Amino acid sequence: MKRLASLVFAVLALVAMGVAQGALSINGAGATFPYPMYSKWFDEYHKKNTDLQINYQSIGSGGGIKQVTEGTVDFGASDGPMSDEQLKTFQDKHGFPILHFPTVLGADVPTYNISGVSGELNFTPEAIAAIFLHKVTKWNDPLIAGANKGVNLPGSDIVVVHRSDGSGTTYIWTDYLSKVSDEWKNKVGKGTSVNWPMGLGGKGNEGVAGLIKQTPNAFGYVELIYAIQNKMPYGKVKNSSGAFIKADLAGVTAAAASAAKNMPDDFRVSITNSPGKTAYPISSFTWLLIPSKFSEGSKRDALKGFLKWMLTDGQNETEALSYAKLPKEVVAKETKALNNIQ
Amino acid sequence: MASTTTTVPSAGPFTDSRSFISRLRDGDEIARLVTFIFAGSVVLITALLVYELWRESYLPRHKFGFGFFVTSVWDPIFDKFGALPFIYGTLVTAGVALLIAVPLGIGAAIFLAELAPARVSDTLQFFIDLLAAVPSVIYGLLGVFVVIPVMRQYIQPALKSSLGFLPFFQGPAYGVGFLTAGIVLAIMVIPYIISVSREVLISVPRDQREAALALGATRWESTWKVVLPFARTGIMGSIFLALARALGETMAVTMVIGNTPTISASLFSPGYSIAAVIANEFTEATGDLYLQSLIELGLVLFLLTFLLNGLARLLIVVTSQRGSEMGQT
Amino acid sequence: MLTMTGLCALVAVAVLFFILGYLVYHGGTSVSWNFFTKLPAPVGEVGGGMANAIVGSAKLLLLATLLGVPIGFFGAIYLAEFSGGTIAFVVRYAADLLNGVPSIVIGIFAYSLVVLPFKHFSTLAGGFALGLMMIPITLRSTEEFLRAVPRALREGAMALGASRWKTIASVVVPAAYRGILTAILLAFARVAGETAPLLFTAFGNRFWSPGWNQPTASLPVMIFTYAIAPYDDWHRQAWAAGLVLLGLILIINIVARVILSRGVAVPRT
Repeated sequence: MKRLASLVFAVLALVAMGVAQGALSINGAGATFPYPMYSKWFDEYHKKNTDLQINYQSIGSGGGIKQVTEGTVDFGASDGPMSDEQLKTFQDKHGFPILHFPTVLGADVPTYNISGVSGELNFTPEAIAAIFLHKVTKWNDPLIAGANKGVNLPGSDIVVVHRSDGSGTTYIWTDYLSKVSDEWKNKVGKGTSVNWPMGLGGKGNEGVAGLIKQTPNAFGYVELIYAIQNKMPYGKVKNSSGAFIKADLAGVTAAAASAAKNMPDDFRVSITNSPGKTAYPISSFTWLLIPSKFSEGSKRDALKGFLKWMLTDGQNETEALSYAKLPKEVVAKETKALNNIQ
Repeated sequence: MASTTTTVPSAGPFTDSRSFISRLRDGDEIARLVTFIFAGSVVLITALLVYELWRESYLPRHKFGFGFFVTSVWDPIFDKFGALPFIYGTLVTAGVALLIAVPLGIGAAIFLAELAPARVSDTLQFFIDLLAAVPSVIYGLLGVFVVIPVMRQYIQPALKSSLGFLPFFQGPAYGVGFLTAGIVLAIMVIPYIISVSREVLISVPRDQREAALALGATRWESTWKVVLPFARTGIMGSIFLALARALGETMAVTMVIGNTPTISASLFSPGYSIAAVIANEFTEATGDLYLQSLIELGLVLFLLTFLLNGLARLLIVVTSQRGSEMGQT
Repeated sequence: MLTMTGLCALVAVAVLFFILGYLVYHGGTSVSWNFFTKLPAPVGEVGGGMANAIVGSAKLLLLATLLGVPIGFFGAIYLAEFSGGTIAFVVRYAADLLNGVPSIVIGIFAYSLVVLPFKHFSTLAGGFALGLMMIPITLRSTEEFLRAVPRALREGAMALGASRWKTIASVVVPAAYRGILTAILLAFARVAGETAPLLFTAFGNRFWSPGWNQPTASLPVMIFTYAIAPYDDWHRQAWAAGLVLLGLILIINIVARVILSRGVAVPRT
């Protein structure tokens, strides 16, 4: 009997704990690409506004698009802009459109783990496409060696690593490959999840970084900050002007420069392989996906408040984490677009 | 005439011949109804689950039909989906796991039930129950940080040089792959086999053993020829419990299998299992055909379990008949 | 035979000690006051903890037990004591099927049943998914142990004039108490570490989860998220969380056995 009583008491205590507390909780999900930035932002914003919790889960861009469309999260995040079809699905389901808000600029880098090679390799678009199409299988293949004279590349098999989950990082990578290789475009295409010709799959940027770090002769793609934080070597990529560029803030900003001037109203734009002598070719915006109508005024105001902060104070924190700030023109345009959220 | 503990009686041991009123007054009818509702809810839930799986997979079923089972392409861009690589991976990893875990597990259970003194047996069993309690992510963690490097650096090369003529041990040693997943799964299911088999072996009546020993059998003969067959159904049950666990295990597998839809005879090859692909792609499958193809995969896994369960029951019926023949003095 | 089987047992136990040792070594140093009391810190910052995940797991498991144990327990009583052949066969078969459903598919089911209609990831959904998983294990094991109670005990009680349910309540169940509790604990242990069904039901939360209707962090999901991340600090926290999770399960196991040893034990034949 006593045991039963104490059990009941424990249950009641836990129920009491379960009673709602005062904080407003907003849930979002999506891209792992900007996750280091978002986790910092949401944490800081929470410190400034202690009765607001913005809970963001990085499950991959595909997940972000899907869940915000289903309505199970209040906002989504993706590095691949939603397609017309996906926009229509949202519109049909909810009766109002969903808006894209760029937050930062980042880059996909080709990273590798080759014993004896610790420096930077040069990669041409043809080489990258050929590796991922399984036409180049060894590190010392002429297509790679040609751009890396003087580097002693081993004759071992390349272990390709890609994402196993639906990913905006994949979208950026395949978007780039579709632009530089017709064969890739026709055979595989671009998307958050593709039918990879071969390779090992890792979950999230984290999973891919982990796999590459632990597998000798591995080659894959991750967002820049993941390569830096994990001290992994990453190579230079030849851009459309012919220069080999290493991914950094300057290169990414340069990639966005021409797009910034001609930014479409819905902010959906691809900046891979963009013109510009110093542009890094595998760069991208990443977006927050915000529904244009909220039934709860408090959530709408909270999110708008956050977005305002993100476009001003928040932008000052991006460079510490190797994300490039948004161009001024884009910030101005976004600030105006905030009024579209009702 | 021994009271069997694991066979299924045809009717309840007590057929109530009292009147309905009498039963009602005693509260038995209510008790029967209440417990029936609970038992029935299990069937209801399972039925609802199967129904949901069936209903939510109509798109690929109509589009691909039976071709779904034999196609090995999985292409979300061009909307072509086939289940073969995932079925293959699921079966292979589970098979490897059982190959390792069953002999080890039954051997350990025999030791614990027959040979070890009670104190030792109980203590060891306690530890083995703890092994069952280890969460699957921890196995995944250890898989990533311990098993994969060991496989890549030591075990796979060793297997390659000694048994490389077999198609199972060919190909580059990535560390991840079918074999690694199978080994991790084996560690995960051993405790289930051991603990249930041990209980079953212990519950074999003492007079069975004593009879055999009295007839001059050695310890080994008594165990192997009398006790084990007697406990066979229970042990089978434990194996199928373990198999169910192995087929459906998600996290540990996805962390060590390589997540590549490939069909290969080599155990070193990376692969994919049904559970792992659902985990990786479900939350983001945009597009109904994609999502429903994943759900159909879930249905396929369900069917696999269905078939295996059927086999299990058949075996139990067959062996229990044989067992009861042996049990009669 | 002694050496062969003894070796088997040794291997199994050795694996356990290896796991424990590894967890203690890697996690022991990271288990700190911070770990238990602080919320997770943003990426790259040290000093975060898993307080919300610990509470979240507790809430989820409470819900799971409230759903899974009664159904499994009373269902098992029906199977062992009241039922005839066909119904029992169907129920057992359904339970085995449910047991074989991969945890990820249970997650899908809970997602479409609890998350989508309410448009919310929630503790409720997670608890529901975990509870579903507890049902078959509790049911089958409890039934086995109820059946293991010798017929003589039942007959004795009936001979003294007890009704069926009285027999069950005061003779059969106490006699099988030990096994039943073990069954519940095995089920509890199994779901305590489950990650997959929580991925799209309880989802995850960097903050405290108010009430039962919001997403919540949980230890297993945090372990998974942190383990596959590239950050060393997160790896350490993952090991620590693994150690804490296993420790909690250990304590529950030990407590249960202490309770058991004071109960009625079925003598070994």
